Amino acid sequence: MIKTYVTGIVLGIVAVFVAAYLVPAVDQHRESSLIAVTPNGGIREAFHINMPMDRIVVGARDAASIVPPGLQWPDDPIVDGIHAELFKLRNANDTVIGVASRVAATGGRVADESVADTTVANEAGANETVEWVLHFPARGSVFVSMQPEAAENGHRVGRIRAGTREFGDLEGRLTERWVGAASERIEGLSGRIELVSQFVGTPGSDADGVHASDGTPGGGRAGSEEAPR
Amino acid sequence: MKYFFVLLLGFATGVVVALALLFFNPIASQRTVSPLEISDNELIVFAYSAVADDTIVYTNDGDSIVRPHPEKVLQLWERPISRTTVFVTMLSDSRTRSAGIGIKFRSDSEDTRLIAGKALADSVWYLHLPGRGSLFVGQRENYWSFLREVVAPAYWSSADHWKGQWFGKLTAGPNALGTGRVSGGSGEFQGLSGEAVETLSATAFSLDVGPVAIDGTLTIELSGASAAGGAPTTDRTYPARPLANGERASF
Repeated sequence: MIKTYVTGIVLGIVAVFVAAYLVPAVDQHRESSLIAVTPNGGIREAFHINMPMDRIVVGARDAASIVPPGLQWPDDPIVDGIHAELFKLRNANDTVIGVASRVAATGGRVADESVADTTVANEAGANETVEWVLHFPARGSVFVSMQPEAAENGHRVGRIRAGTREFGDLEGRLTERWVGAASERIEGLSGRIELVSQFVGTPGSDADGVHASDGTPGGGRAGSEEAPR
Repeated sequence: MKYFFVLLLGFATGVVVALALLFFNPIASQRTVSPLEISDNELIVFAYSAVADDTIVYTNDGDSIVRPHPEKVLQLWERPISRTTVFVTMLSDSRTRSAGIGIKFRSDSEDTRLIAGKALADSVWYLHLPGRGSLFVGQRENYWSFLREVVAPAYWSSADHWKGQWFGKLTAGPNALGTGRVSGGSGEFQGLSGEAVETLSATAFSLDVGPVAIDGTLTIELSGASAAGGAPTTDRTYPARPLANGERASF
């Protein structure tokens, strides 16, 4: 009788440890990545944000309309000039696959000793920043700094500064574009923000961690003259 | 039949013993001391409140203990993002002055292994410090100690509440010393890299609302140029031209 009881205890302990080892405690839902391979071996992936339904937050002291209702944006002068937005991010199949933030800011100090008068620098728009963070729970995150001024065709281009996990060993660029709703058929849609990423791998980098990309012009392969077009 | 019931009783006992071993696993104890404490480099310390109602915005799938704030914020109910939490908060410096704004994205990690005392989350911080620039922090967090020493006692309490003193280091990687990785974005931080450690200091937790009195601290050490090169420079990646009247770098 005792032997049977002890055998049961051993079986119980083994069952729990085997289950704890084999059964994943977390199983993130994955959507297939819709990626195109570019001639230089890089990858191109398009995302979009349906407006206004994917907009989680619009926060700014001078914003005409605050999202969500009831949001109390800080009444602190330090956030003057910060325009922060959070969005849900969709893939080409219009499925939500991630979350993104976009922060546009003005009024910062330029860390350049040659610019003695920082006010002038600010007036010249030298320190305007537009930065995106794209977060994909099952894949990783990307941090992108955009050029502050939009190109004539309405695009704004940015360079990947850092990435985590799947994006840890990638360099490249991200393009944002506003597309009006004229050609869309979704009710209530005013338009969408289109984000197109073009990444190439960096040989010998650490895919598990955060990889920081060079911030100098031409420092990243995909952002240089060799960039996929 | 008698032996079957004895075996079943033994099995149940074994399950309880195994769960207790997992829970009280002494090998899984986390380091509470940050490796940055002994750093010679200058540290930047940011503090924030981890209480949802103290944040500017806090959102999740809407079914968690912690309720989204404000109430009408869009919830992350879609399956690919349902195990993700996002919040926007004000950051204060070591003198409790407002330092900037922080956005944190946190998702449960598939590398979670309860058998090894790893309740992991992958998270990133975006920090915007007006007048200075922006930083990006990528880290892996381990909530095992928090779950074991704060959340579980709250479940055991008849009042569904925990009160006490708990301090713990959340950051568990990806760096070898258990620190997160920092990348400079713009301004004076452009081209810099470094390490970061996030800690929590809890005094009250409730199963009804989640954190009641919990403060977070993010400590950043900027050690130099990023791995890809590039000393701290002015943001000259793109040609700086004045924005036209009324033109705004946002939608």
